[in-house]
Amino acid sequence: MESSNYISKYCIIEEHSVFVNGRKQFASEPVPFTEFAKAVYKDFGMDYPKFFKMDSLSKLAFLTAEIILEDIAKPGEENNNIALVFANRSSSLDTDAKYQDSIQDKKDYFPSPAVFVYTLPNICIGEVSIRHQLKSESAFFVFDEFPSEFMKNYADVLLATGKAEKVVCGWTELYREKYRSVMYLVEKQGKTEHNKEIINQIYTNSLWTL
Amino acid sequence: MMKNVYITNTNCITPLGFDVDSNWEALLQGISGIEKQNGFGPLESFYASVIDTHKLEASFEQISSGEGFTKLEKMLILALKPLINNTIITNRTAFLFSTTKGNIRLLEDGNNTVEAAYLSALAKKISTYFGFTTEPIVVSNACVSGILAIAIAKRMIQAGMYDNAFVVAADEVSEFVVSGFNSFQAMSPEPCKPYDKERTGVTLGEAAAAVYISSDEKEAVANSMKIIGDGAVNDANHISGPSRTGEGLYRSIASAMSEAKIEKGKIDYISAHGTATLFNDEMEAIAFNRLSLENTPVNSLKGYYGHTLGASGLLETVLAIESARRNQLIVSKGYNQSGVTQPIRIITANNSQEINCFLKTASGFGGCNTAVLFEKVN
Repeated sequence: MESSNYISKYCIIEEHSVFVNGRKQFASEPVPFTEFAKAVYKDFGMDYPKFFKMDSLSKLAFLTAEIILEDIAKPGEENNNIALVFANRSSSLDTDAKYQDSIQDKKDYFPSPAVFVYTLPNICIGEVSIRHQLKSESAFFVFDEFPSEFMKNYADVLLATGKAEKVVCGWTELYREKYRSVMYLVEKQGKTEHNKEIINQIYTNSLWTL
Repeated sequence: MMKNVYITNTNCITPLGFDVDSNWEALLQGISGIEKQNGFGPLESFYASVIDTHKLEASFEQISSGEGFTKLEKMLILALKPLINNTIITNRTAFLFSTTKGNIRLLEDGNNTVEAAYLSALAKKISTYFGFTTEPIVVSNACVSGILAIAIAKRMIQAGMYDNAFVVAADEVSEFVVSGFNSFQAMSPEPCKPYDKERTGVTLGEAAAAVYISSDEKEAVANSMKIIGDGAVNDANHISGPSRTGEGLYRSIASAMSEAKIEKGKIDYISAHGTATLFNDEMEAIAFNRLSLENTPVNSLKGYYGHTLGASGLLETVLAIESARRNQLIVSKGYNQSGVTQPIRIITANNSQEINCFLKTASGFGGCNTAVLFEKVN
């Protein structure tokens, strides 16, 4: 699909570091993910107590989206028409494995609804939507690898058909202590072209110009 | 100008039959797949709609040796096989797979690694079996997955990335899911009763469904279904409950109607989600009323199949297409007396009625909703 859309902002969270538009904004010691996530939350001055109830995948998606959307989504606004299109490799398996552990032993059976609800990968989209009141298009996909061409086309079709005014595309991968989140904002105006090459550069954190 | 996109072929594998015709006959006779099952953990027994493993094996043996495939994989292959037989797969043919939990049952065996349950691994296995050359697209959006996959396929074909697509959806009844819904106290102690006053929650089920989608006008023969509009809007309200005002569903349907450029009077039938939880059914009634769709005949097929999670949206679309092809409404099983505060026209008799345009909706955890409008090719 011919595209005249642009990428206006991107954020990467990996290996206990946060990069915004290619610049390292935060890094911590190599601590476990939950500690690192809390440190990012504090360092960026976030204030959303529900964060602490989320599973790790939702925390990862939340933090990245928070940085992307901080001055984009208007608080309390009814019509933030910003679509969320996320994908990853491990779906919700990090929490799935924890939930399975809770029902594995028939003598020690303790399924928890608070854990079970996170055994779906699209819950992280729900968390971000609630946070920013995004009553907008959303979809979660699972791919072996980051699907740059698919993501590009899907974002373009949402914008071209008027289903969304802006699109946040994201790769939110987390399993145990291995995590990597890459998100970028696609819109109709801007300088950096929304094409497969640029998206791949963003994904590999090798784009330095934004 | 966007291309037209059509569903031209369908199939389903359910406890009521392993093809569309046998399922349709069962629905006409009011037969349900829901039966009492033995429980696990603290759950002594529960109702669910489960595919008989022996019947599935027998059917699978006719097309392939049964070695090395899980029950879910056999369901998926049996669902897709008849559609593939009629079609040439090219490098512009998409393969979409929707599911919530895939092969999650493999985690029950502590000897399996977690990698065994990767959805992309399952998608690859099915994709390789049929010889697809494009990367499988796994759609995992809770209970809207099956219907959302149709919207995604249509959008990507219209974006020019593919010419056609096979969409397959499946989920099975597992201890994982049953114990989870039970922990939410969302399981009905008897077969579910969507929209009924006495409804007490969900009955789970398992099924696979498949559709073939094409943008080739030559393939759009009579009784094909044109996909004329869609929307998938989040509630932004709660991760495990629907919006009280049905906001996301309302906006999803409005978005689909606006794309299709049709008025409410054009919609002849709604195949709704109807899980039989108190909140879901009420929310749907509110959303339909907000769109003045309260006089449009509506049913939920959960009373026949239970809630088949990621398969439900696709399975129910396959049967709604059958309703449209045969101009026949199907009773919303389990319904007796209205249990929602807003009036909606629940189907209580298998009446014949011209169906040229129908709406399929679904809603799920994470606040997701999807609505897709279909128009019959005459």
